[in-house]
Amino acid sequence: MLLKKAPDIRSSEITPRSLYLNRRKFLAGAAITGVAVAAGAGLRQFIYPTTVVQAGNKIDGIQKSPFSTTETITPEKDVTHYNNYYEFSTQKEEPADLAKNFRTRPWKVKIDGLVDKKQELDVDTIIKMAPPEERIYRHRCVEGWSIVVPWVGFSLSELIKRVNPQSKAKFVEFTTLLDPNQMPGQRRAVLDWPYVEGLRMDEAMHPLALLCFGMYGEDLPNQDGAPLRIVLPWKYGFKSAKAIVRIRFTDRQPLNTWNVSAPSEYGFYSNVNPTVDHPRWSQAKERRLGEFFKRPTLMFNGYADQVASLYIGMDLKKSF
Amino acid sequence: MLRYFKPVIFLACLAPLASLAWRAFHAELGANPIEAITHSTGTCTLVFLLITLSVTPLRKLTRQYWLINLRRMFGLFAFFYGCLHLTTYVWLDKFFDVHEMLADIAKRRFITAGLAGFVLMIPLAVTSTKGWIRRLGGKRWQALHRLIYLSAAAGVVHYIWLVKADLRSPLRYAFVLLVLLTYRIVASIASRTKAGAGVAATKIEVSQS
Repeated sequence: MLLKKAPDIRSSEITPRSLYLNRRKFLAGAAITGVAVAAGAGLRQFIYPTTVVQAGNKIDGIQKSPFSTTETITPEKDVTHYNNYYEFSTQKEEPADLAKNFRTRPWKVKIDGLVDKKQELDVDTIIKMAPPEERIYRHRCVEGWSIVVPWVGFSLSELIKRVNPQSKAKFVEFTTLLDPNQMPGQRRAVLDWPYVEGLRMDEAMHPLALLCFGMYGEDLPNQDGAPLRIVLPWKYGFKSAKAIVRIRFTDRQPLNTWNVSAPSEYGFYSNVNPTVDHPRWSQAKERRLGEFFKRPTLMFNGYADQVASLYIGMDLKKSF
Repeated sequence: MLRYFKPVIFLACLAPLASLAWRAFHAELGANPIEAITHSTGTCTLVFLLITLSVTPLRKLTRQYWLINLRRMFGLFAFFYGCLHLTTYVWLDKFFDVHEMLADIAKRRFITAGLAGFVLMIPLAVTSTKGWIRRLGGKRWQALHRLIYLSAAAGVVHYIWLVKADLRSPLRYAFVLLVLLTYRIVASIASRTKAGAGVAATKIEVSQS
């Protein structure tokens, strides 16, 4: 018989007793290091470092807004170094660096679709259309974290009124710049570029819907959507399109990029709703950046008094 | 040599944890430190599972048979980081809310996959001692420990199902796992054909005599 059955374990495979650290020591060491990590994470709550943020241009004449929350504002360092901005990177820490040379001037915004006068507006013309207001809004990401940001801008309705959409226009579509040279994330088809988002006309005209060009009293940092973005505090963050180059009025519900990417996960409305889970995670709670415990997520992100009337008669489980 | 080398490797395996602790202590885990801890312990679990699975191919291909002496340690480190990862979820994400966790496990397939991957590691960690190898017998022990293939696959699937759109990183792990498992399939076929050839040769010899 040529077939020789190998022994179950070769002698070479047996670890000499002296060589392996015994299990108790291993577990003890593991426990100690585990505790150290937990302690370190806990300590962070007490010794948050002084924030170092690049100074932008201060915006003059900012008015206070009754829409502002009195909740603690998230440190600027977090809002500028934790960005879901897939045009630059799918890693949240990276847009801060990758967007630092992004050119925000000159910048034109094309206004077209169902408007009386199709035109291209310079971003500086748009910014001067109304006095800048500080709007301290809660901002809830679909991923389950939230921040409180002092945005600077004015109601989107100020712009819409001035460009005269036709009465047929029922929706507004926003398009983000497409420029793979400047936006390295666009070199791969992670999403269907350019990024588009949309609102129903009454949503866009709602006074809470903000056309935004600043935060923390200064120009909007590139990684937060400069030079011009929208902020919709009752909707998940991805609805708030950044670096807008086109605003189109239409009679049909526009596509929105995340909905195209995963229709069962991201709807057109995407209103913050603790009772409708994302298929892969619960939306009942959120982690406010800087806080240890999670907090309950509020209906329409706490803006139900203002916006719930927009959705009367709609099944929000179906129109998620 | 191994006597001094192994503790060094042991410490190196703790380096990711030390780095995590250091960064946590110096508030360098970014805006969402709990997410950072969750991600890095999860990554470590997968990495150590793949390191464990690469010991056998590596020692056979390089003929460095002593490498087997490190395999249990790597496997236990996978389990260790898996425990930390699960603890982060149970404690820092769910705050021991059993109801919520059960709902998660039933409803969210990425949680189901992740938990499956972890549970599959438990019998392997328990039976990693010499005593258990003796009690089970090498053959059965080895069969049991093939569960690591499933565990690693569940871990990779867990990661794939977790990400929103950018699959690059999880697919890298999937690729490495695929290579490591393919090696085993190829090696097993090769050894069987070799054995088969041996049997055939014997038959010819017999018929000729």
